[in-house]
Amino acid sequence: MPDLEKADLEKFRTETRAWLEQNCPPEMRKPLTSNDDTFWGGRNAKFSSEPQRVWFERMRDKGWTVPHWPKEYGGGGLDGEEAKILRQEMAAIGARQPLTSFGISMLGPALLQYGTEEQKREHLPKITAGLIRWCQGYSEPNAGSDLASLQTRAESDGDDFIINGQKIWTSYANYADWIFCLVRTDPAAKKHDGISFILFDMTSKGVSTKPILLISGYSPFCETFFDNVRVPKSHVVGTINRGWDVAKYLLQHERAMISGMGERGVGRPLGQIAADSIGADEQGRLEDAVLRSQIATFEVDEAALVAAAERAVDLAKAGQAHPAFSSAMKYYGTELNKRRYEILMSAGGIDALEWESERSHGGARPRAWLRTKANSIEGGTSEVMLGIVAKRILDLPGA
Amino acid sequence: MALILTEEQSMLRDSARGLISDKAPVSHLRQLRDSKDETGFSRELWKTFAEMGFSGLLVPEQFGGSGLGAVEAGIVMEEIGRTLMPSPFLATSVLAASALSRGGSEAQKSQHLPGIADGSLLAALAVDEGAKHRPLQTNMQAVRSGNGFRLNGDKALVVDGHTAGLLIVAARTAGSAGEKNGVTLFLVDPKAKGIATERTIMVDAHNAARIVFDNVEVDADSVLGEVDQGYPLLEGVLNVGRGAVASEMVGLSEEVFGRTVAYLKERKQFGKAIGEFQALQHRAAQLYIDIEITRAAVLKALQALDAGAASAGSAVAVAKARAGTTATLAVQEGVQMHGGMGMTDQFDIGFFMKRARVCQELFGDSNFHAEQLARAKGY
Repeated sequence: MPDLEKADLEKFRTETRAWLEQNCPPEMRKPLTSNDDTFWGGRNAKFSSEPQRVWFERMRDKGWTVPHWPKEYGGGGLDGEEAKILRQEMAAIGARQPLTSFGISMLGPALLQYGTEEQKREHLPKITAGLIRWCQGYSEPNAGSDLASLQTRAESDGDDFIINGQKIWTSYANYADWIFCLVRTDPAAKKHDGISFILFDMTSKGVSTKPILLISGYSPFCETFFDNVRVPKSHVVGTINRGWDVAKYLLQHERAMISGMGERGVGRPLGQIAADSIGADEQGRLEDAVLRSQIATFEVDEAALVAAAERAVDLAKAGQAHPAFSSAMKYYGTELNKRRYEILMSAGGIDALEWESERSHGGARPRAWLRTKANSIEGGTSEVMLGIVAKRILDLPGA
Repeated sequence: MALILTEEQSMLRDSARGLISDKAPVSHLRQLRDSKDETGFSRELWKTFAEMGFSGLLVPEQFGGSGLGAVEAGIVMEEIGRTLMPSPFLATSVLAASALSRGGSEAQKSQHLPGIADGSLLAALAVDEGAKHRPLQTNMQAVRSGNGFRLNGDKALVVDGHTAGLLIVAARTAGSAGEKNGVTLFLVDPKAKGIATERTIMVDAHNAARIVFDNVEVDADSVLGEVDQGYPLLEGVLNVGRGAVASEMVGLSEEVFGRTVAYLKERKQFGKAIGEFQALQHRAAQLYIDIEITRAAVLKALQALDAGAASAGSAVAVAKARAGTTATLAVQEGVQMHGGMGMTDQFDIGFFMKRARVCQELFGDSNFHAEQLARAKGY
């Protein structure tokens, strides 16, 4: 790297650190404790606290809700190195994400790759400004791991499509303003070839949602129904009937997002959290020796995954990444997150069994534990991920 | 710093790979084993290593070396791992070169480092005493005697101890086993009176020795670093060695995995390639993921060592622990998926399994390093 560039990056780091120090409210530097701590944006968004509002607005004005998107779409226009520095500096002070959304992590990358200029100008700035909250219409009751067998129909009617069918596991559909959706536009074609990727407003006539109560007691997922929903054909992203390309591209980003779920290598070490409830001997070692060794092994794997995630970004930047590698990271990251919560439940013992008390923050830990069980299902199951690695990276026959 | 190799580092990898795969494929190790070669490695190849600048990779330029770091050492070790080439590189070029350049006086450096760089001096580090790697438990005694010290005790798993022209020995000048304070490193001539070296033929057909020190007299100039304060130096040197062995295990794992995947595509049963069976596909995919994640952890540790980062110790513990479990899995899956062929001596896979077992023990196994991490994190 040329020295000049290096000096510029160091200057960027110093300025970023100072700016964050001055602008990130102390309350926004604490680990998340409840769902309200995540700000999702959208037409009906409410801030759960004043510091959350302040932090979001300052970051938005800086373009740093999505630092690496181009400035003309409301992003920060940072290059890979600068974005990495910003992430590092935010992590160093424990700064929360000012805005979380499927628009940022899923739709945006697909629009940047496949959208028309008009579509980008219409949708991306509303994502970065947190004005529109998106949901993802992929899975159907009979199209889970075999996603490409989806049956939701979009029939041509002049300049519009008329959409009929049902989606399931639509995350936060009941809060979403718009949906990006896979529909079948050519029922005669082979299953991968007749799918289109289309965007529409959830307030369109004929759209309804029904939350699904999960084992965690929460309803993050919905059933979503389409009854003669009229959508202009101009809302298709990419080519009609070539939506599978867009869908797959987006899935790579979704998998990268899911593999990054869960707090990694930040905050207190798991062993110390366990020691709070279980206790330690005179030398400070966790009283439960078997659990202690499970935690140590877990932390080895977690630290290795953190390094792998960093390397995956660097490989992508250098153009050396395998496009299917996000499936590998998704598999490992989600399995690891499930392990983490099994350890946390064991460490919490009896205290981690309470479901409603104030003392347990309404059963936050067991509910989070149960939520993690979906990690290795949503966005492609662990088994589907391993199949993708076997086929696309290892080139094994018949996979 | 980006967690990928730079252009120069990729070039080093290519040239090491070219040389090693050409001159020392697995058949090279097999031949040394079967002929019961007394040296256990090829001196001629070591000369070539020196000519190509590999032997002095970590030796500072002023002493005739390349002055490179742990990342570069790891690159060469990874290639060594792919073909299991027995080589003085680890003991001499990584451990001894690090110990001397970090802890040596100007006189000691000038005396030994040029020989390491030009390939004429082989060296060995003598640390382990019991069945497991426990450097803190060092109990070999070094008692003041006249102008110097008198050494008594036994060392085991001294890599290349049978051919070394210089021994670097950890001994206790004060305190007792388990204490950091009181450990001192000595430079010892293996021909000194009172030293008995037994070459130990190892499961992996690589080179090591047990060395007994019986009233061995060394003078005060032979102390490397400070008397009683050798532990941090030793720990720093061991960490470079751990990173190097972790790299060797990454190369070994990837090679076994590559051979295994090739076999899955070629071996037919029930009328199809066994790689078509999902039971094997998923295990192969898991192993691939494991190796990639370990590779990242190892490179992270090597970069941290070169940057002198405070986190280097923990990063090395993670890397060595991960590399050990990954290599263990890789060789077990390798043998299992090769079926009966994997059990034969004629087939190479067994060599990898044996070497992986030795690499696990070298400078602390996965359990040792997970334990180090737990302590560092305070639980």
